[in-house]
Amino acid sequence: MPVNVLMPALSPTMEKGNLAKWLKKEGDTIKSGDVIAEIETDKATMEVEAVDEGVLAKIVVPAGTNDVAVNELIAVIASEGEDAKTVGSGASAPKAAAPTAAPAPAAAGAPAAPVTPATAPAAATTPAAAPAKSAASGERVFASPLAKRIAKDAGLDLSGIGGSGPHGRIVEKDVRAAMAGGTAKPAAAPVAAPAPAAAPTAAAPALAAGMSEDAVRKLFEPGSYEEIPHDSMRKVIARRLTESKQTVPHFYLSVDCDLDALMKLREQINAAAPVKDGKPGYKVSVNDFVIKALALALMRVPDANVSWTESAMLRHKHADVGVAVSIPGGLITPVVRKAETKTLSVISNEMKDYAARAKGRKLKPEEYQGGSTAVSNLGMFGIKDFAAVINPPHATILAVGAGEQRPVVKNGALAIATVMTVTLSTDHRAVDGTLGAELIQAFKQLIENPMGLLV
Amino acid sequence: MADNYDVIIIGGGPGGYVAAIRAAQLGMKTAVVEREHLGGICLNWGCIPTKALLRSAEVYHYATHAKDYGLTLNGTMSVDVADVVKRSRGVSAQLNGGVAFLLKKNKVDVIWGEASIPKAGEVKVGKPSKPPVEPAHPTPKGVLGEGVYTAKHIIVATGARPRALPGIEPDKKLIWTYFEAMVPKTMPKSVIVMGSGAIGIEFASFYKTMGADVTVVEVMPQILPVEDAEIAAFARKRFEKQGMKILTGAKVTKVEKGADSVTATIQDEKGATQTLTADRLISAVGVVANVEGIGLEALGVKLDRGIVAADGYGRTNVPGIYAVGDVAGPPMLAHKAEHEGVICVEAIKGLHAHPMDKLKIPGCTYCHPQIASVGLTEAKAKEAGYELKVGRFPFAGNGKAIALGEPDGLVKTIFDAKTGKLLGAHMVGAEVTELIQGYVVAMNLETTEEDLMHTVFPHPTLSETMHESVLDAYGRVVHA
Repeated sequence: MPVNVLMPALSPTMEKGNLAKWLKKEGDTIKSGDVIAEIETDKATMEVEAVDEGVLAKIVVPAGTNDVAVNELIAVIASEGEDAKTVGSGASAPKAAAPTAAPAPAAAGAPAAPVTPATAPAAATTPAAAPAKSAASGERVFASPLAKRIAKDAGLDLSGIGGSGPHGRIVEKDVRAAMAGGTAKPAAAPVAAPAPAAAPTAAAPALAAGMSEDAVRKLFEPGSYEEIPHDSMRKVIARRLTESKQTVPHFYLSVDCDLDALMKLREQINAAAPVKDGKPGYKVSVNDFVIKALALALMRVPDANVSWTESAMLRHKHADVGVAVSIPGGLITPVVRKAETKTLSVISNEMKDYAARAKGRKLKPEEYQGGSTAVSNLGMFGIKDFAAVINPPHATILAVGAGEQRPVVKNGALAIATVMTVTLSTDHRAVDGTLGAELIQAFKQLIENPMGLLV
Repeated sequence: MADNYDVIIIGGGPGGYVAAIRAAQLGMKTAVVEREHLGGICLNWGCIPTKALLRSAEVYHYATHAKDYGLTLNGTMSVDVADVVKRSRGVSAQLNGGVAFLLKKNKVDVIWGEASIPKAGEVKVGKPSKPPVEPAHPTPKGVLGEGVYTAKHIIVATGARPRALPGIEPDKKLIWTYFEAMVPKTMPKSVIVMGSGAIGIEFASFYKTMGADVTVVEVMPQILPVEDAEIAAFARKRFEKQGMKILTGAKVTKVEKGADSVTATIQDEKGATQTLTADRLISAVGVVANVEGIGLEALGVKLDRGIVAADGYGRTNVPGIYAVGDVAGPPMLAHKAEHEGVICVEAIKGLHAHPMDKLKIPGCTYCHPQIASVGLTEAKAKEAGYELKVGRFPFAGNGKAIALGEPDGLVKTIFDAKTGKLLGAHMVGAEVTELIQGYVVAMNLETTEEDLMHTVFPHPTLSETMHESVLDAYGRVVHA
């Protein structure tokens, strides 16, 4: 029986991906485990492995196709003894087998678990909202006429709303829920459980939609600009950061840190690195100190090591610190897990590996998802001070400026010290002012007394 | 040890047998327990045989009005009650056999007897506690017998039965329920119908058309209490024009039985009483769910005012026990039961079933003129706080209706002025029961007035009245 190859879900939240490249041609023999294609997701490029053996009978979705929905048919494999040509022409065979994605096999298109009888019915079977096609990319958004009209009147963008109707169609209920929630929820989020019986008039003010595409274009003369289509990373950055700024109440705390002790210690540590093949075994950066100090500060102020959810605070037992890494075309935030348990050299080498693989877009989803805080460092550009946007589910992010010599007052006299200004952005739903201040105070104390990071 | 099933469904009515077929389609090993008649009340003593009776009444009506159509019937026209009933029973028997065939075709086992649930996962089938209603259809061949059967999931689909008012209990002879009213041996000369819901009005219409004197007594201020007030008032005028007597805001307080007649004491709102004598009284004051004798209380299954409390997927509070159809509450309609049965089974299978929106269940009454509706009445829509746009269109403005000789009818549509959402549609007139699904589809797809206006309705059909009613709501009606 021919086997349908479906677009795999490389992570639980993946809705669609780009089919970057086919590594096999139609007619090629395929063994189980062969890499047949490369899929470009939000932030990474992943390999698709074949589960079944046979001959690649037909490529349904050509290489370079963007925004292929998860579970869409991408190819057909003819099994042994089948004529690849006839199979290929018959396109959709009944048996569907999702190939496992090499790095994240568990997530691949797992069928919905059977509904078990439960006393709490609402949550159990609310169908996961299906992906709504993005309007911006010119694809059709499937929504009922009534849903479209209500969304239009409320100024809501349907592409940000998950559909709970047949085949993921957006219906009135979904739009009302989005309005009542004060936010057009991202399509991947399950529809919030029983939305308070949405009275037609009681809806909270909807989020403002940005300028329309046409409105922006009209402001510029045709031909006076070059048009660069968004890749999926750009879309994700735009969506997630807009969502963060519109749903997370940010507030900011800044403090100056004296780096003199840290600079001395760093010199000693790096001088002590074992040399192998003429290269030092590690070279610890200021940023590695910052990561470690933030992790230990979170351990000292555990109430700030949290993630906000509607029903509960998730207080994390370890400090998983995301580190913003700039890469061509955007940025990505790999997460140093359990950073409080790792030595500076381990953190340093881990970051070097992350940075290298991030540039090749080879990070796995589990390497950049989650975490409870993040570090964003623009010190190398001489930036003195800035405020970063929180990357949910984080509750905080630390923006790190340049370490530079500044005049300071010490014991009533002017002196020169190496000073670095850091600004903590905080999700006020999860971390209040004094709690945030405690965290940044703990951080300052550790970074100014860096021997504490070694014990 | 008895057979093991994935699903056992108690009750072979529309809720039960449809759920069983769907379960079998989904690959589940399925059995239905039935004590009396496959197809339930609907096929045997409800929807279907009454439609057969009403069809006889309709043909009789046209025959006696042949002159209106330029035709002369020579000879006399008379009602042969026995043959009318025989035809009705024949229709019922045919469909009853059809259900047996469908279950067999889908490899659903039928277990004959009365079921109880000694514990979750187990169904005990014993002898029926009461004899079947006569005339009964023969027991289907190849059914399984009494015993204890096990199943992972048990769906209770035991339906409902006529409600009896204290002091006016049906006696099968002079005080009838729908069971007796459906199989009269002779045509009564006069009938009092107590209750003006769908069942009461259909029998009133049948007996009136067949020539009996009919008085309808309704305790509420309008007949067909669940329907839109304007539509009910429209229908009432037509019934009264046919010679039906209708007393609203009135109740039967006492019934004295004579040798072959009943005398009812009827009290109006102000307390004034009158007595009325008729050959028969038909009690049509609603139905009550069959929740007894199944062992639900002992299992701890939650009941709510006489019905089994179940969620949108038919799940009761006890894992593995489900309820669908009349036994799970109003509206007590066959199509609601069927739909619930499917949803329940699909949810058991783990499919993404959508719970039913009870506001989108249509209701039909097959009197003359017919009545059909879906969604909110005008009063209910106002109560819900909507600002309304209401459209109306009379059959008198429709070419097909006039050609049919059926110019009496009205289509009313109710929209939310803010969003254009179709909140409700209410119809009275010829064949409206066949038309209403157009609006039901529209509501399910969440169309707005705009989509309905852009829809092309074929000419000449009665359905054009539906289009015109929508146009009227927005001041764009053409033929009125």
